[in-house]
Amino acid sequence: MNPRYDFTGQVALVTGASSGMGLATAQAFAQAGAAVVLADINSDAVGTAAEEMSAAGHQVLSLTCDVSSEDQVAAMIDQTTATFGRLDMAFNNAGIMVPVTDAADEKAEQFDRVNLVNYRGVWASMKHELRQMRNQASGAIVNCSSLGGLVGNPGRAAYHGSKHGIIGLTKSAALEYAPRGIRINAVCPGTIETPMVADMIANNQLDASEAVANQPIGRLGRADEIAAAVLWLCSPGASLIIGVALPVDGGYTAR
Amino acid sequence: MPASEDYGRLAGRVAFVTGAASGIGRTTALAFAREGAKVAVADIDQNGNQDTARMIEEVGGQALAVRCDVTRSEDVQAALAQTVEEFGHLDIAFNNAGAEQQPGPTADITEEEWDRIITVNLRGAFLCLKYEIPLLLERGGGAIVNTSSGAGIKVFGRGAAYAAAKHGVVGLTKDAALDYAAFNLRINAICPGIIDTEMMDRFTGGTPEGRDRVIAQEPIGRMGKPEEIADAVVWLCSDAASFVTGHALVADGGQTL
Repeated sequence: MNPRYDFTGQVALVTGASSGMGLATAQAFAQAGAAVVLADINSDAVGTAAEEMSAAGHQVLSLTCDVSSEDQVAAMIDQTTATFGRLDMAFNNAGIMVPVTDAADEKAEQFDRVNLVNYRGVWASMKHELRQMRNQASGAIVNCSSLGGLVGNPGRAAYHGSKHGIIGLTKSAALEYAPRGIRINAVCPGTIETPMVADMIANNQLDASEAVANQPIGRLGRADEIAAAVLWLCSPGASLIIGVALPVDGGYTAR
Repeated sequence: MPASEDYGRLAGRVAFVTGAASGIGRTTALAFAREGAKVAVADIDQNGNQDTARMIEEVGGQALAVRCDVTRSEDVQAALAQTVEEFGHLDIAFNNAGAEQQPGPTADITEEEWDRIITVNLRGAFLCLKYEIPLLLERGGGAIVNTSSGAGIKVFGRGAAYAAAKHGVVGLTKDAALDYAAFNLRINAICPGIIDTEMMDRFTGGTPEGRDRVIAQEPIGRMGKPEEIADAVVWLCSDAASFVTGHALVADGGQTL
């Protein structure tokens, strides 16, 4: 049984909230009583997701946001506080995968794109969330890194670089804000059944049976297993957890 | 909230906790009970075990106090056998019994002190794992958490035996996790930072100056509470952590960053 948190009266923000781990986490926050801001670059998908949650009786706001634009990120936080008055929890989850490439042949455009979204996007999101949270002197942030933030993988240097960067951001900012009542951690999902991983399989970027064989636990993860980790990291019980990069990966990075 | 078998993150489970007569072990045993588990309270200190068991019963839980020296294989086997006899099976184990080293430079550590620290902290965790794992496999899986330390991932000086033992616990945890990941048996470690326990009192001398000296290492500006470790251990043992295995989770207020 999953823990039942009570986040009534609190406000949660999730980027990349239209599908996969972001959507599962937004839903879990809402089920725990939080008002939830769902942000995504895909307006239609995030709007539909928010409508469904609203129809189920949850307090939600959907926003279009390309996290690679700091202006859009700043506007996202402004709209969040304009609507709900505060920001207590954030899951900076928006991210992209790029095609497998020989490191010697990687195009600068591809390197820039993955780092703009994955790395700079988390940087900008955290920066503007902290501007609100430091006024409140409270809050919890979870940045979405990856198994790619902990280990290497041939052909994926730029992606893994972006995800390693997130852990460095997380640890440094966590140290800076621990004395100010704000906790910052990262979650490192393994290979999770999400639209992103489905795309990788469909585009021959990942072999499905090999992916399962590579998991010590013998299966891929589920989006709700990431949501469970994010909610716990945001919960009062995790009050001593600061600057951690928590692998939720079925043992992938234990090796 | 009263303990209940029907409610909670560990409803209906049976848990075995070593080092349960005080500190993190006692608090976690209580947290397990509050989350619905029946708890075997194991420690070398049987009076302490009985106190912990009484505390569990006072919140409506079920407990078994069992004397256990984790350095003795026959003690570990007997304690686990008693647990299964009393409660029917085993689902969760928190291998937490440990001992702190007399601080000092490496060449000054006596061979006896080295052996004592390695035996209690590392061999004790191994013996517990060795005899818990078959019981959990029989049950179709479960979750184990071993207590490592901040000294299991970083070092602080003047504690080579303790650091070696606690680093060893992390290696033991990860390798064992790989061995049983495919069998629905998850094995993780917890790495507590500076936690306000009797062990920490022995380390600091319990004086305001001693306490301030260790608190100065804490970015959050305070010692951690045993309850904060207990919450992490409960989470790791719950179904919410179903995709988490082989990890050494640091709960230290940022001390080792």
